[in-house]
Amino acid sequence: MPVGGRLMALYELLLQPFAEFAFMRRALVASLALAFGCGPVGVLLVLRRMSLVGDAMSHAILPGAAVGFLMAGLSLGWMSVGGLLAGLAVALGSGLLSRATVLPEDASFAAFYAVALAAGVLLVSWKGSNVDLMHVLFGSVLAVDDDALLLIAAVATLTLLLGAAIYRPLVTECFDPGFLRQVGGRGGFYHMAFMALVVLNLVAAFQALGTLMAVGLMMLPAVSARLWATRLWSLMALSVAFGIAAGYGGLVLSFHVDVPSGPAIVLAAGALYVSSLLLGREGLLRRHLARFRHLEA
Amino acid sequence: MRRSMLVLGLLLLFPTLALAQDPVRKLKVVASFSILADMAREVGGEAVTVDSIVGPDQDMHVYEPAPADARRLADAGLVLVLGLGFDRGVQQLAKSAGFRGELVPVSAGIPTRKEHDHGHGKAQGHAHGAFDPHVWQDPERARAMVRNIEAALAKRDPARAALYRANAERYDAELWRLRDWASAEVASVPKDQRKVVTSHESFGYLGERFGIRFEAPQSFGTDSEPSAKAVARLIQQLKRDRTRAIFLENIANPRTLERIAQEAGVRIGGRLYSDALSAPDGPAPTYLAMMRHNIGQLVAALRPAS
Repeated sequence: MPVGGRLMALYELLLQPFAEFAFMRRALVASLALAFGCGPVGVLLVLRRMSLVGDAMSHAILPGAAVGFLMAGLSLGWMSVGGLLAGLAVALGSGLLSRATVLPEDASFAAFYAVALAAGVLLVSWKGSNVDLMHVLFGSVLAVDDDALLLIAAVATLTLLLGAAIYRPLVTECFDPGFLRQVGGRGGFYHMAFMALVVLNLVAAFQALGTLMAVGLMMLPAVSARLWATRLWSLMALSVAFGIAAGYGGLVLSFHVDVPSGPAIVLAAGALYVSSLLLGREGLLRRHLARFRHLEA
Repeated sequence: MRRSMLVLGLLLLFPTLALAQDPVRKLKVVASFSILADMAREVGGEAVTVDSIVGPDQDMHVYEPAPADARRLADAGLVLVLGLGFDRGVQQLAKSAGFRGELVPVSAGIPTRKEHDHGHGKAQGHAHGAFDPHVWQDPERARAMVRNIEAALAKRDPARAALYRANAERYDAELWRLRDWASAEVASVPKDQRKVVTSHESFGYLGERFGIRFEAPQSFGTDSEPSAKAVARLIQQLKRDRTRAIFLENIANPRTLERIAQEAGVRIGGRLYSDALSAPDGPAPTYLAMMRHNIGQLVAALRPAS
């Protein structure tokens, strides 16, 4: 039975890890939910030329999570609330500052997040021991418990609902802020709401992947999607699909090849990015080929 | 006048002599980690001040030297290290900090066992050397450590050798009592049920001494995130071996182990303290308290629920 045998092998490779182990199912659900929340947010960040803001924000979350950690140890609730507050403070602070001063927003972000990161490291090493910092920096998708799973799913749901609600003004503000101001839209408000979503998603991803890896799952699928599509809806759908593929692929890789799951997931997203870079409709090969044909004709 | 000059010259020539004859000046001992520091405190008593570089609840495996540590080492009268590759970082720091005295390896002459001799798959995480450095987990070997500490103190500060000897003998008797008590406690658990999985391979000597099987999944170093494969392997292992209890250590990520215990259906024991003491208000502020706490936790988790 060559076909049956091959099917069995395929089953063992792709499905059996999830059928046999509850922790794998949990990790999968967590990364699926993350993909739904982080994908669209990442796409908007890319379109708004704020790709590095996600990185800055993930560091800004650290001091808040650290304060939560100092108050209650490895507690999901405290660390999330702390991270959320710190992230919101930095996001809103630099957003408001950039609208009130000559500093562009990315400059305020750079300043805020450098201070926040230093404060976070200081706080953690001040009271906790040096190991604890590692725990704060690297969450583990394999250790996701019920509460963390609920948090991640809730954030994904909220992101999709709120994102849909403010979709139109937000997109308008992306492409033509002047127009929105003229027709009386409150661009600043939508921008802040969007930044709040960024922070929320990073806080959720932080539970599963840790601060250092969270950004990868937010930006890599979005950037990869940009190499295939141009329309906003298809960009978002593609980034979610890429996020799901990376989450699933990374977990399977981590199961069979014996590598840590968080980095495996982000590296899977990285592999998708590289192949998109080469093969995508807006990627290197197609572009090159098009120019070649153009010269020939 | 000439005579007093001579005395002064002699004093300058023999600073150790001056130290030994000064009754109020305490010998400054710096130990590489908290357990060693506690033993040194027991042996040195009132005659010494003891500082540890890697303090309570801190992990030697991720030790990063700090300038204050270098200063403490440079000022030390005596530096106690374990050796066996356990505290190489502190040893290097002592040298680069300009400590000119003798680094005393407290594990000298103590028989060692090979590291990772009951492993599945490859060993990850920290690399010590070929030997398991966690010798203090065996009270019998701890007695030898105390003898080494006593010898080092007596050599550095011969005038108070008698005091150190008396302290060491008193402490040795306590280690004896600890050993007897622990043997009796463990004996209350049937031999074939003494199976434990813990997140760090520090308990090899303890297991050997008291006949407890410690399984430690190699992929769970304290410094790296485990792979899905490692977690799956551990769950299978727990189910297959009918392991009774799984223990979180004070220095490893507890969240992953909580998930594993739930999925494999094993009891989660309390905290075990392995490479570091707890803070003074914790359950294991001294070596003796740490050992009593650990044995108590182990026996409580292993004893059949009746």
